[in-house]
Amino acid sequence: MSIVTVQLGQCGNQIGFEVFDALFIDSHCPQRLSSKRENEAYQASCKERFFSEEENGVPIARAVLVDMEPKVINQTLSKAAQSGRWKYGQHSSFCQKQGSGNNWAYGYSVHGPRHEESIRNLIQKEVEKCDSLSGFFIIMSMAGGTGSGLGAFVTQNLQDQYSNSLKMNQIIWPYGTGEVIVQNYNSVLTLSHLYRSSDALLVHENDAVHKICAKLMNIKQISFSDINQVLAHQLGSVFQPTYSAEGSFHYRRNPLGDLMENLVPHPEFKMLGVRNIPQMSENSLAYSTFTWAGLLKHLRQMLISNAKMEEGIDWQIRPPLPGLPNLSKMSLNKELHFNTSIANLLILRGKDVHSADLEGFKDPALYTSWLEPVNAFNVWRTQRAFSKYEKSAALVSNSQFLVKPLDMIVGKAWNMFASKAYVHQYTKFGIEEEDFLDSFALLEQVVASYCTL
Amino acid sequence: MTQSVIVQVGQCGNQIGCCFWDLALREHAAVNQAVLIDMEEGVVNEILQGPLRDVFDSKQLITDISGSGNNWAVGHKVFGSRYQEEILEKLRKSAEHCDCLQCFFVIHSMGGGTGSGLGTYLLKVLEDEFPEVYRFVTSVYPSGEDDVITSPYNSILAMKELNEHADCVLPIDNQSLFDIISKIDLVVNSGKLGTTIKPKSLVTSSAGTFKKWQEKPFDAMNNIVANLLLSLTSSARFEGSLNMDLNEISMNLVPFPQLHYLVSSLTPLYTLADVNVPPRRLDQMFSDAFSKDHQLIRADPKHSLYLACALMVRGNVQISDLRRNIERLKPSLQFVSWNQEGWKTSLCSVPPVGHSHSLLALANNTCVKPTFVELRERFLRLYKKKAHLHHYLQIEGMEESCFTEAESSLSALIREYNQLDATKSMPVEDLPRLSVAV
Repeated sequence: MSIVTVQLGQCGNQIGFEVFDALFIDSHCPQRLSSKRENEAYQASCKERFFSEEENGVPIARAVLVDMEPKVINQTLSKAAQSGRWKYGQHSSFCQKQGSGNNWAYGYSVHGPRHEESIRNLIQKEVEKCDSLSGFFIIMSMAGGTGSGLGAFVTQNLQDQYSNSLKMNQIIWPYGTGEVIVQNYNSVLTLSHLYRSSDALLVHENDAVHKICAKLMNIKQISFSDINQVLAHQLGSVFQPTYSAEGSFHYRRNPLGDLMENLVPHPEFKMLGVRNIPQMSENSLAYSTFTWAGLLKHLRQMLISNAKMEEGIDWQIRPPLPGLPNLSKMSLNKELHFNTSIANLLILRGKDVHSADLEGFKDPALYTSWLEPVNAFNVWRTQRAFSKYEKSAALVSNSQFLVKPLDMIVGKAWNMFASKAYVHQYTKFGIEEEDFLDSFALLEQVVASYCTL
Repeated sequence: MTQSVIVQVGQCGNQIGCCFWDLALREHAAVNQAVLIDMEEGVVNEILQGPLRDVFDSKQLITDISGSGNNWAVGHKVFGSRYQEEILEKLRKSAEHCDCLQCFFVIHSMGGGTGSGLGTYLLKVLEDEFPEVYRFVTSVYPSGEDDVITSPYNSILAMKELNEHADCVLPIDNQSLFDIISKIDLVVNSGKLGTTIKPKSLVTSSAGTFKKWQEKPFDAMNNIVANLLLSLTSSARFEGSLNMDLNEISMNLVPFPQLHYLVSSLTPLYTLADVNVPPRRLDQMFSDAFSKDHQLIRADPKHSLYLACALMVRGNVQISDLRRNIERLKPSLQFVSWNQEGWKTSLCSVPPVGHSHSLLALANNTCVKPTFVELRERFLRLYKKKAHLHHYLQIEGMEESCFTEAESSLSALIREYNQLDATKSMPVEDLPRLSVAV
């Protein structure tokens, strides 16, 4: 089954390019560990998911590019074409001239309705190229105007148009210290709308990825290109083909469906995060060896201590002892800063993958009480290695990891809203104070729900 | 791609505009749109005969023999109504040539008659005729020792119009520009060991040869303003990893409609001829942007309250450089309680000619208040004596109420800044949040 990717705004398009590039390069990586047949099946599966019929031997990404001004789309299209590896469809992009001015209301209320039909047609065309559709992957930022506002509108549209297909939104959480002054308003409005219309929100925080670039990749002058490449690597480790239950040569057919089934058991809890290790510069990689035991130990501690990368992990944090009544367990967890999970999916790729011991992740103490670990925890193992990593472990989790950042954004937006600063810029385009209040209420509810795990 | 139309009004406005086109051509080697308005043939003719004669379509010019005599009322009421149709016609034509018109840049001075009076009259016309197009105004405010006696009247009357009809105002004063060129001159002539300055890199230089600023000081000063306008539009014209269009300036820097006055500072003022620029020098660029030496108006943002701040970076600068410097500079700056992280940033890949990187900082800061307070004081001193008032009142449509209304408008603005300043030393408290049933 195929995934149609919708790239929205500057961020969405810049990231989208890196994602397709990472997927392509990995699927054509020389493989020492898997058989030729295994590798060919992997390539075919990747292609079915993300690329369509070749034109002169160059695969075309299954993507729709949308932006309200032309510069980024032009750059993205030409970068892909110049690579010679793959490209975007000639008529797969839609852009306007003026941008959204970082204004969620403009993206949602003006651009949305105005360009609804054109965008819908583009997506429809892309869907028709698929033999069978797994769903949509929508890449957008929260801080700006197009990705956030138009992204929310398009997602709602997809819910109406393709009610049987799944939608996963890849959301970029902005830097804490400003990229955009009104980013907290835009984020609050985006999240509240997506919570109603999307099936899952896969969140990447700029601050976290930036730290990975600095500390693990050792990059001195970090550019958005660097950040996007790390992000693309993480997404690739999740979305590349994995063996289904039947074993080798049979790759999972419905990636989005499987992800949702494993990770989103309840519609009130939709926020997913990815941790992928190891992640390091090529120089360091040459001198490192890994064991599954080591990788899994680190990943587990990263999960429970809410560390976003493999450095500076707090090993003091431990799961609470079993046998405690629920309420005291909750307050104890809070005190310990213990990150409780609803569901976890471990995706292991590489050498000796079947020897990995996963007992650590099946500990009921890691999970909320209303799901048994046998339902809350799943693992996908694939012998075929990912990218340059002999062993690679990705953990996709639905946990409390975003509670603090979400709480912070809501708090800052609320303080600003109380002073009414910038609100006139939104009411100008039809987003009233009640809309803000509705959004605040919904997100406070989400924070509260996650806190009571 | 969006377009902007430059509307140059009055002697000052046209001279600055001229420098702008010079530099813009250097950046683009293409023809752009402009409408030149001046009421004195002398200035406009000079432009037409200069090297820019190919750039300006003479059909876009409007001139009248006698000027406005430093009288806002003449510029606003007399010439305004007389030439409204003709100017509108030219503006419409300019707009038609644009694929997607996003912004009008009005360049003028506040103290005179044409730039001040007619320039602000045009704001209302633009608002009515092109309501969806932004109006950014670059206003040169009169300095203390101004040779135009009536400049306080003209400025106050113009301020009311700016308050009501401009989306964003970038105030500039001649004294600051003069200080900048003095500083450059000091470095150029100091003959510091081993330092040579790349001639084209001076923020004061125009295309072609390196002119001695003493010969034509206004040229050098006007070039600074021209550089400001270029940097403002750079992210809209060129690619970058974090674009910022003009509509984003208004969205992020104007928290309340009245508070749309932005203090600008430009760095670097020159580039040393070193080929390799170590990161330390890059960080110095950020520090300089917050130094009074680089501001285009005299004000003290560091000791006042920031409502918002934009950093528009050009050249080979990446997001980590930007973040590092924001973290470094933040502690010494005070932001209003509801906008503690009030930073808007952009990264444009293409630097200005002669530089490897540059930075334009736009600050919405209460430090503009003293400029307005001083303006009001000078106005009141004149108005109390009714000095020169008859020149204004004899113009049809002018009454004393025009003056009193303008003064109230300015006072209201000053009050808003005062209210914000009062919050400066208060502790930042989080407000109680919505409580929800779990």
